[in-house]
Amino acid sequence: MSGITSSAATLPYPSAPGRAAQHPVISLSAVHKIYGEGEAEVRALDGVGLSIARGEFVAIIGASGSGKSTMMNIIGCLDAPTSGEYRLDGIATGELDEHQLAQIRNRKIGFVFQNFNLIPRTRAVDNVAMPLAYRGVSRRERHERAMAALDAVGLSERASHLPSQLSGGQQQRVAIARALVTEPVLLLADEPTGALDTHASHEVLDLFDSLHATGRSIVMITHELDVAARAERTVRMQDGLIIADSRTGGVA
Amino acid sequence: MILEAVRFAFSGIAANKMRSALTTLGIVIGISAVIALLAVGAGTQNSIKSQIAKLGTNVLTVNRSVSTGGRSTGGSATSTRSQSTNLTQADQQALQDPVLAPDVAATAPVVQAQSITAALGTSTHSIASTLGTTGDYFGITDFAAAAGRVLNAGDTGQSVVVLGNSVAADLAANTASLVGQSVSLNGQQFTVVGVLAAKGTSGLNDPDDVAMVPIDTAKDKFTGYSLSLSSIAVQAKSADVMVQAQNEIQQILDARHQVTEANRDYQVRNQAQLLTTATSTTQTLTTLLGAVAGISLLVGGIGVMNIMLVTVTERTREIGIRKAIGATRGNIVAQFLVESLIVSVLGGVMGILLGVGISSIPLFGVTPEVQWWTVWLSVGVSAAIGLVFGIYPANKAARLRPIDALRYE
Repeated sequence: MSGITSSAATLPYPSAPGRAAQHPVISLSAVHKIYGEGEAEVRALDGVGLSIARGEFVAIIGASGSGKSTMMNIIGCLDAPTSGEYRLDGIATGELDEHQLAQIRNRKIGFVFQNFNLIPRTRAVDNVAMPLAYRGVSRRERHERAMAALDAVGLSERASHLPSQLSGGQQQRVAIARALVTEPVLLLADEPTGALDTHASHEVLDLFDSLHATGRSIVMITHELDVAARAERTVRMQDGLIIADSRTGGVA
Repeated sequence: MILEAVRFAFSGIAANKMRSALTTLGIVIGISAVIALLAVGAGTQNSIKSQIAKLGTNVLTVNRSVSTGGRSTGGSATSTRSQSTNLTQADQQALQDPVLAPDVAATAPVVQAQSITAALGTSTHSIASTLGTTGDYFGITDFAAAAGRVLNAGDTGQSVVVLGNSVAADLAANTASLVGQSVSLNGQQFTVVGVLAAKGTSGLNDPDDVAMVPIDTAKDKFTGYSLSLSSIAVQAKSADVMVQAQNEIQQILDARHQVTEANRDYQVRNQAQLLTTATSTTQTLTTLLGAVAGISLLVGGIGVMNIMLVTVTERTREIGIRKAIGATRGNIVAQFLVESLIVSVLGGVMGILLGVGISSIPLFGVTPEVQWWTVWLSVGVSAAIGLVFGIYPANKAARLRPIDALRYE
């Protein structure tokens, strides 16, 4: 547990920090993910290569079974590819152990899930502050940064509410605040509007737009075309392969 | 980070108050049972010790030995000396030799009369122990008169009796009023010269169910005139010289009886030996009580583990979220381990309070005495329970893969 603060140096950062901005945020090359063996073998990802630059807002779309969820798990360092290389912000994730992967998730990635995934019976501000707790930030600073993040999503007056006292849209905004509180290089959203009504969906997507406008890298997994249309780049997947990669130029 | 784990653990406990309370109760019962039952065991031991102390800690009793068949005397190889003549009043007087027996303070001859019933008017009482003895006996055995006086040298041959408290209480409501009255012992009239102060019951034996008459009177009226004594009561100068006093008695009597250690026709018993026997008995009892309580503590510990497993399953999703946002295995282990530690240590503290509380109430006629080492032990054991029974569920939680945990509904 104490390793959280001390082991930052053990992370294989790129040699020259000044060049970090030049690394693609995400670099996948020849990534395979194979489940099962023999007859039951499923090639969820069958040789995927993808590079996402800093500041891009990318939507990954595809039908269910296309491999986009597996992509999300691998990009989010929740699962490891069977073969191929995945570099996140220049870091080769294949070389990391479980402990280091946990730190990568904490420092580099902000997750937004379809069903919000807030910790129940825990105040909004404490939910937002939680990633900082796993990083060893002091309580006061945690609270300040969590309040700032809640303010950024327009929910500072709901800081003391429990998740059950918030609407779906509000819960998702709390989740986005939690994703942003660590200042991650990548905001990774998995069907962020999947559980929301149209109005709340627009709120969330508008929030993504404004985050993108401030230069944040966003990867959004979705199966809804109109949601994907908000991104500036759309990666289409089918049968574990990328079949299209197009720049749409962002909001129409 | 530990502080964080404690905070997370407390919120976990608070989230399910009823369940946490019941789990804690299991530990409370276990710990309080350990403390209370061991206190009862210690209390029993204390009461036995104090009962034996009432008999006199520096008292040695010389009895005729029943195990020795006999011994040869002089040149007659076949003659066996009768057991009944082994202890005589001459033996008793020989023990009062200040040169040969410097550690002997006082001695008293004792003959025991069987089946004596005391009667006064319509009241009767069957006396458990009727002794013929001398005045010294009262000093040796720490009997004092509550009313009247004990026996003295002037009573020799007189039909006088000193009644034990239980005997007196059966004959008259006001025991002091018996002094000077005439009671009959097996139909023969005796004048009561004193009633003894109560020593209090020691479980099965009632030391107050006694009556003492002068030794010559007892021989004359009850046992028949013979040289034989039932026993000799000996008081050592102090409890510290018991062994020396015993050795001196054995030297004197061995010489007088022409025996050696191998064929001794008498035995010297001291109360300390009695104490050792009684103590080992109650220690067995205490161990048994402790074992029963320990089992209930174990059951409580399994309860903690059970609930922690349920908690981990129930909060699989939460574990997944925490791992996704950067919790390491260590963080998760710490959170759940601290949670089980809090439950069991809290239960331990409450159990100690309850156990000490229960121990302040007399149980089964003994006043329990809390053994403070059991309190420290309980603190250690409850913490150990939290660790031992928490580590498996905590590890199970920490090993969950975040994608599996997040998918869990």
